[in-house]
Amino acid sequence: MWRTATGSIQASRSDGGNDNGRGVARGKGPLHAGNRTTLRVVRITGKRRETPLVTVLRYFDSSPASPGQFVMVWVPGVDEIPMSLCHIGPLKGIAVHVKGEATEALAGLEPGDRVGIRGPLGRGFEPLPGRALVIAGGTGIAALSPLIELLPKKRRHTVVIGARTASELLFVKRVLSAGAEVVLTTEDGSVGMRGMATDAAEELLQRGGYARIYTCGPELMMRRVAELGAQMGIPVQLSLERYMKCGIGLCDACAISGLHVCTDGPVVSGWTALTLSEFGKSRRDASGRREKL
Amino acid sequence: MPELDVEVAGVELESPFVLASGVWGESGASLARALRAGAAAVVTKSVCLEPRPGYPNPTVVELPIGLVNAMGLPNPGVEAYGEEIAEALKPGKPVIGSIFGRSPSEFCAVAKKMEGFGVHALELNLSCPHVRGAGAELGRSPLLTEKITRAVKGAVEVPVFVKLTPNTASIASLAKAAERGGADGVTAINTIRAMVINLELSRPVLSNEFGGLSGPAIKPVGIRAVYEIFEAVRIPIFGVGGVSSGEDAAEYIMAGARAVQVGTAVYKEREQTFRQLRRHLSRLMTRLGYESIEEMVGRAHGGR
Repeated sequence: MWRTATGSIQASRSDGGNDNGRGVARGKGPLHAGNRTTLRVVRITGKRRETPLVTVLRYFDSSPASPGQFVMVWVPGVDEIPMSLCHIGPLKGIAVHVKGEATEALAGLEPGDRVGIRGPLGRGFEPLPGRALVIAGGTGIAALSPLIELLPKKRRHTVVIGARTASELLFVKRVLSAGAEVVLTTEDGSVGMRGMATDAAEELLQRGGYARIYTCGPELMMRRVAELGAQMGIPVQLSLERYMKCGIGLCDACAISGLHVCTDGPVVSGWTALTLSEFGKSRRDASGRREKL
Repeated sequence: MPELDVEVAGVELESPFVLASGVWGESGASLARALRAGAAAVVTKSVCLEPRPGYPNPTVVELPIGLVNAMGLPNPGVEAYGEEIAEALKPGKPVIGSIFGRSPSEFCAVAKKMEGFGVHALELNLSCPHVRGAGAELGRSPLLTEKITRAVKGAVEVPVFVKLTPNTASIASLAKAAERGGADGVTAINTIRAMVINLELSRPVLSNEFGGLSGPAIKPVGIRAVYEIFEAVRIPIFGVGGVSSGEDAAEYIMAGARAVQVGTAVYKEREQTFRQLRRHLSRLMTRLGYESIEEMVGRAHGGR
């Protein structure tokens, strides 16, 4: 009923600082943080179908955001769901992948319609120096796009965008215009390399020259990426996704081995992720019951 | 340095600060994290017989004065909760199992299971303000409070606390009912029934429409409730409601609580919450000249 619509929910501290997701420190608490995390109503100002499955909605909100942060989006009368921001400037954007009731309602909104917003929430990607390999599975590219645009431009970064089939590849032009080398993979081979994003990533890593890895996509894919990074000694930042309710680190619905995806994440270091026994293994449903990934 | 350790109905606490039910308690690993970060004990999320998904979102509204939430008592059901308790017990500190049901027999069934998992005490949730047929709908009746308490006391060996609702004419009479039923202690208060309406959309924000207010706004209500209860019963009291500083805790203790539970404050200060609270309270006690928690309990009750 309520899942994140994009490949992943993302986040970062908007109060500066990031310790690669190892720590849990937070800045000023929401009770004192003015209206960044309190609910406010915004109007949809733009809507664009990007792929047959993904619609991008835009709204104006001047709150500062980091790449990888997320917002809780309230569709009145339906649900409130976490959505990663695919545009982090004042004209913000969310990429809606229809998966259930709430995302269907969200994708059905038109410019002028109103939704409730809380956020930007959580801790996001930290654009660090060094040549980057970015690995996006499915709609994971939505959260990674604003990061790619912020990466230091001195080196040519490589972005692997993987999807099931050619028509589902998202934000390819956008990433190209950010100046990155783009490698496409499709599971059906309809365009680019046939296979998974991780297959391409392994080849690229063999070639060498990467100082950092950023990834967002299915958890099993990210687990593979985290392991590759650990083997090769390359720091990884990845974005976790879990069932989310309060969004502010209170209710424990999004807990993964004691880490709260909504506030300690969603972006954590690959190292941190690999210490979580539930990472790539299990998640919890709405009642908190564990289910296998 | 003043002594912060205190004992509540046989539960030994290294400080008076305990994680309240409903916060971080869906998973054992998060409870263990709170204990490792300095909580003296934790109270689990309220668990019942069958799994419950809780309400759809929005389930929480942030206000400048606190939070209003209606989670809807989500929990994986008592069978699945054993592995969470096992995780929570790892740091070696007390774990208090919060339970609820729709009848005395349901309470007993869950209580026995929880006791079997190794919890150090039970807390009966007779005070959730927003679930039909459970929580405060039972717990606002002194008769049912007594009956459920007696039934659970007859079923388990561990200490039993009853968490009381402030949404009643007389919380003291509920405390007396719990005492008559054999409760080892009471916990006061739970959240206060509340509602938030969004003006632009002209509708209630919570999917359940109304929920429970927690945080700084409700502290004076909690203090009053604990003060009244202390006058009415002999059994020990856990104070809960808006504790976010050493001063808040001391106020509850002087009103008659032996220890306090902390909920909403945890989301602001995260890991640091419990260590900060201990430091604040210790400093405050030094300033006021108290050497132990024991000396402070009920001190606001003049002649007693």
